[in-house]
Amino acid sequence: MSTAVATLRTNAASVRRLLPGWVWGLVFVALAILYPYILDYMMTSPDDLLDASIQTLGYIIMALGLNIVVGFAGLLDLGYVAFYAIGAFVIGWLGSQQFPDVNGGKGIHILRPSESAFGSALPGIHINFFLVIFIAAAFTAIWGAILGAPTLRLRGDYLAIVTLAFGEIVPRVFENSTSGFLGIGHTDFSNGRQGITPIDKINLPWTNETFKYPLELKPVYFVGLGMVLLVIFFNRRLRDSRMGRAWIAVREDEVAAAAMGVNLVRTKLWAYAIGAALGGFAGVFLGTYNNTVNVDQFEFGFSVFILAMVIVGGMGNIWGVILGAIALSMMNRYGLKQLNSLPDRFGLDFDVTSINFGIFGFFLLVMMVLRPEGLLPSRRRKLELHGEPDEADHVGSESDHALYEVRQA
Amino acid sequence: MTEQRTEPHSAAATNGAEGADGALLDARNISKVFGGLVAVNDVDFRVPPGAIVSLIGPNGAGKTTFFNCLTGLYRPTTGRVVFDGQNITAKRADLVTRAGIARTFQNIKLFRTMTSTENVQVGMHARLRSRMTGMVLRTPFNRREEKESYEKARELLREVGLKRHNELAMNLPYGDQRRLEIARALASDPKLLLLDEPTAGMNPQESEELRRLMDKLRSERGISVLLIEHDMKVVMNVSDRITVLDHGEKIAEGSPTEVRANPRVIEAYLGSQA
Repeated sequence: MSTAVATLRTNAASVRRLLPGWVWGLVFVALAILYPYILDYMMTSPDDLLDASIQTLGYIIMALGLNIVVGFAGLLDLGYVAFYAIGAFVIGWLGSQQFPDVNGGKGIHILRPSESAFGSALPGIHINFFLVIFIAAAFTAIWGAILGAPTLRLRGDYLAIVTLAFGEIVPRVFENSTSGFLGIGHTDFSNGRQGITPIDKINLPWTNETFKYPLELKPVYFVGLGMVLLVIFFNRRLRDSRMGRAWIAVREDEVAAAAMGVNLVRTKLWAYAIGAALGGFAGVFLGTYNNTVNVDQFEFGFSVFILAMVIVGGMGNIWGVILGAIALSMMNRYGLKQLNSLPDRFGLDFDVTSINFGIFGFFLLVMMVLRPEGLLPSRRRKLELHGEPDEADHVGSESDHALYEVRQA
Repeated sequence: MTEQRTEPHSAAATNGAEGADGALLDARNISKVFGGLVAVNDVDFRVPPGAIVSLIGPNGAGKTTFFNCLTGLYRPTTGRVVFDGQNITAKRADLVTRAGIARTFQNIKLFRTMTSTENVQVGMHARLRSRMTGMVLRTPFNRREEKESYEKARELLREVGLKRHNELAMNLPYGDQRRLEIARALASDPKLLLLDEPTAGMNPQESEELRRLMDKLRSERGISVLLIEHDMKVVMNVSDRITVLDHGEKIAEGSPTEVRANPRVIEAYLGSQA
C-alpha cells in the first residue's frame, strides 16, 4: 500500500517535471477556457454542471482570499462570510432598484442602459458590474481592517471566537435593518429578511447588451474565470513579496518577526484587508449571478464551508486551495444528493440534507486523520506536519509567547 | 558593500544629540518587576560606539530580561533607554529594530518553515521599501529590490559561514541555526548587535569562528556588539568591557581583568567563602 503510494508520488513528480511550471499554468488556463465547450460536447444538458461550476468559481475566489488570512498569515478567521455579505450588498446597492428615490426618481446609470426593456426610466443606482467589483473590493477591504483591528492582540482560539462573532454580527445587521435607518429616501439599506432582488445582470462596459443568464451561462462563466485568474495572479505576487514573507514570519513566530522589524499591526491588517477584499469581490459576482442578495446566504456554516476548502485543499498552497474549493463545492452540490437516496433504499424516512454539516464535519475529521496537510499541501506545511521531530526540537519552544509583552498599539 | 550598509543610518548619525558621553546605547535606571519579583533592579548600562560589551552573570540574574527591555519586547518598569540620540524607551520592537538594534534569541527563534535565505530576507524587512502596489505590479524598483535583497542575503549567509542557503531553518543543525540567527539579525543593518548566548551548543572551534566574526563586524562595519555569554573564554577574549549582573543588580563593571579580580564577582559565581 505505502509502496504503491510512493511510486504514485514519484510518477506524479516525474510527470510534473515534463514541462516547466508556466507551461502547466497555460495548460490549465486553456482547459478552463475550453471547459464549457467540452461540457457541450460531452453532455446533452450541461447547464446544471456549468451552473455549479460558476458558483464554484465564486467559492474559489473566496477560498483564495481566506487563504491569505489563514494560510499565509496564520490568523484563524471563522467569520469570513461577513465579507461575502458586505460585497454582495454592495452590488445590491449599486446595481438594483433598491434606492428608487435617488436622483429624483430618475436613477443613476454608469456604463449601463438607462431605460428598462419597455422604454421607461429605470430608477435606482445602476453601476456597471466591472466597476462595482473594484468598489466592493475597496469597501470590504476597509471593513476587513476595521473588523481585524480589535483582534490584533488575540491569538489562536480567542481570535477564532471573536471573528466568529463578527461573522454573525454583520449578517444580523443586514437582517434587522428594516427601520429605514441609513437608507436613502423611503427604503432602508437591506430590506431585512427579504433581501435585495433582482440584481442587474452583467453587461460589458462598452455595450448596453446584458448577459442572458440563466439561459446562456458561458459569458458569466468567462467573467468568473477572469476574476479567478486575476485573484490567482494577485495571490502569487503577494506570496513571493516582502509582505508575503512577513505574513509567514508572523505565522511562524510573532515575537521574532517583531524583533526583525516587521510591523505586526500593519502586516496583520493587510492580511485581513486583502482577504476581505477578495471576499467582497466574490460577493459581487455571486450576488449578481444568483440575482438576489439575501441574509439566508450568509450563514455561519458558509464560513466553515470556505475554511474547509482551504484546509482540505492545503493551507497556504494556491493550487491546493483551488482544488479544495472545487472538491467541496461539487461534493456539496452532487455528492450529498447521492447520499440522500441512501436511507430510502434501506426503507428509512430520513433527510440526509438536515445533517449536511455533520457529514462535512465527518469528512474534515477523516481528512485531519489521514492527510492533515491537505490534498496539495504547501511545501512548508508538509514539513511542519511531517518533519523529523528530533530535528524540530532544536528550535525554540513556541509556548513562551505569553512571556513577551509585544505591544501592538 | 560597506558603504551601502552604512547609508540608512547616516541621517540619524548626523542628528547629533547622542546619549551622555557619546555612548551609542545609554540605559539608565532600568528596572523590570514581574508581580513581586524584581528581575532587573535599577541597572545603568552604556555601550560606547564600536565596542564589544559583555553582560554576564549566573543563571537567572536577569540578563535576558534586560535584553528584552532594551529591544522593546518588555516595557521596563522604570528607566530610560537612549539609542543613537533617540529615546527608544518602551518603543515597539519593530521600531527599535528600525532604529538600529538587532538581536538574536537565547532559545533560537527562527522562522522554521522558511529557508535560510528567506529568514535573512525577513531580517531586511525594515530596510526594504516596496509598497503594496509595487509588490503586486512587480515594478522595476520592486524587482530590483527583491533581487538585491536576495543577493545580500546570500552574502550574509556566506559571511557567517552557512552553506545551506535553500535548506529550511528547521532542518539545519544546531550550530547553523545559531549562525542563521546572527545573519538574520545583521540583515537589518544594525549599529548595535545583541547576541543572547550565541555560543551555546557550539564546539570550541565554532566559538572561535564566532569570536573572529564579532571582531570583523566591529572593524569592518563599525557594529557594536552586546553579548550575553556563559563561555568565559569567549567573554574574556573578546570584550572591551564586562558588566556583571546578579539577582537583577549590577554588581561589577569594568575591563576583563578588573572584573576577573572583583571579589563580588567571584562570590556570585563560586559562592561566598565560609
